[in-house]
Amino acid sequence: MALSQTRSIGLPLINLIRLKGESILHQLHLEEMLLRTSSDNWCIINDGTIDPTIVMGVSGKPVELLEIESVLRDEIPVIRRFTGGGTVIVDQGTIFVTFICNKDAVPGLQSYPRPIMSWSSLIYKNVFQGIGDFSLRENDYVLGNHKFGGNAQSITKARWIHHTSFLWDYEISNMAYLKLPKRIPDYRQARDHLEFICRMKDYIPRSSFIDRTIHAVGSHFRLRSPEPEAIQTPLGTKFEPSSRILRKQDLEEAIMKSPMANHVAQSL
Amino acid sequence: MALRMWASSTANALKLSTNPKSSLLVSPAFSLSRCFSTVLEGFKYASSHEWVKHEGSVATIGITDHAQDHLGEVVFVELPEAGKSVTGGDSFGAVESVKATSDVNSPISGEVIEVNSKLSETPGLINSSPYEDGWMIKVKPSNPSELESLLGPKEYTKFCEEEDASH
Repeated sequence: MALSQTRSIGLPLINLIRLKGESILHQLHLEEMLLRTSSDNWCIINDGTIDPTIVMGVSGKPVELLEIESVLRDEIPVIRRFTGGGTVIVDQGTIFVTFICNKDAVPGLQSYPRPIMSWSSLIYKNVFQGIGDFSLRENDYVLGNHKFGGNAQSITKARWIHHTSFLWDYEISNMAYLKLPKRIPDYRQARDHLEFICRMKDYIPRSSFIDRTIHAVGSHFRLRSPEPEAIQTPLGTKFEPSSRILRKQDLEEAIMKSPMANHVAQSL
Repeated sequence: MALRMWASSTANALKLSTNPKSSLLVSPAFSLSRCFSTVLEGFKYASSHEWVKHEGSVATIGITDHAQDHLGEVVFVELPEAGKSVTGGDSFGAVESVKATSDVNSPISGEVIEVNSKLSETPGLINSSPYEDGWMIKVKPSNPSELESLLGPKEYTKFCEEEDASH
């Protein structure tokens, strides 16, 4: 028996889906559907998304997080996703890696935010072994003290999802759409976006990152390719995804209702 | 166990911290300090870490001290509107903490008659006062017998200890 087969005996199964250039909204809909209607474990890797898109967490407030007027002017789509966490702008330079698991898939892992986050860092510690000074720092993946990926999670009664958008590369001009968030980790130390983040491409080739990630996943799970019908909503299941694109009207209303807008209105 | 719960409920009423922490040997990658969380008498508990206080025709629901401790600082709460139905065992809302949304499940079935509006401005009440100011919804139970299948304080305490010990 091959060594890799011997290694994987006894490990839980995980379905591996590899996408390239998939729309981030479609990816989020797929993920939420699999979280809520499937009983399998899943690893989804989406190598880039075509159109630059802003993705906020479930509780994100556009007026606090975005330069809305620039976003409206340049018609950048804004999505509110179903998981927690902060705001990212994603594009072709972003690599997405997602884990969707049953709560008992990983032995000894409690399905709470911090243990799941800590477990995920073991995968990437493996990926970056010998390549960069990787660590999980205040819930961010960093190389040194520079963040290179945004994490978010959602936990249900029996399952959890942990997904990451990795900055393999990014456009400096896109970062201008994002404001400095109110809640920032201590290690950020008031650095602006460009001083705080780094590009993964300065450390590792794109295909190597994906290959090494799949290999690292294989040390925790037995990988398999799913049947196409496994990726569909099961017949008779009622499921509506909650991630949605904010309408232009939603963003305009956010500006109108903002404290600054009210202050200007009162002083007129 | 009874003395600790009495002391906890009194201290909780006085808004005093009641959580001495005890570290036990666990796998370093997943280590969390073990916490003797507050569990109150007179409440019923679900294995998904929600509590119910049944008084007359109203049941008040929230998440336990054990849950809030494991979740971390709550920054956002998603709640249903009054008038909606909830089903025992199913999600009725969610809390956000540490970049994660976590479903909150109703221990019983019924109609939501009141929602804690303070949580939209002060979600941290769930951490600071999980059994009092941090209550989430009030429900008119449609099937009060569901309460009998929930855990009592001692059973829930034991459940938490076993759950923490196995991870």
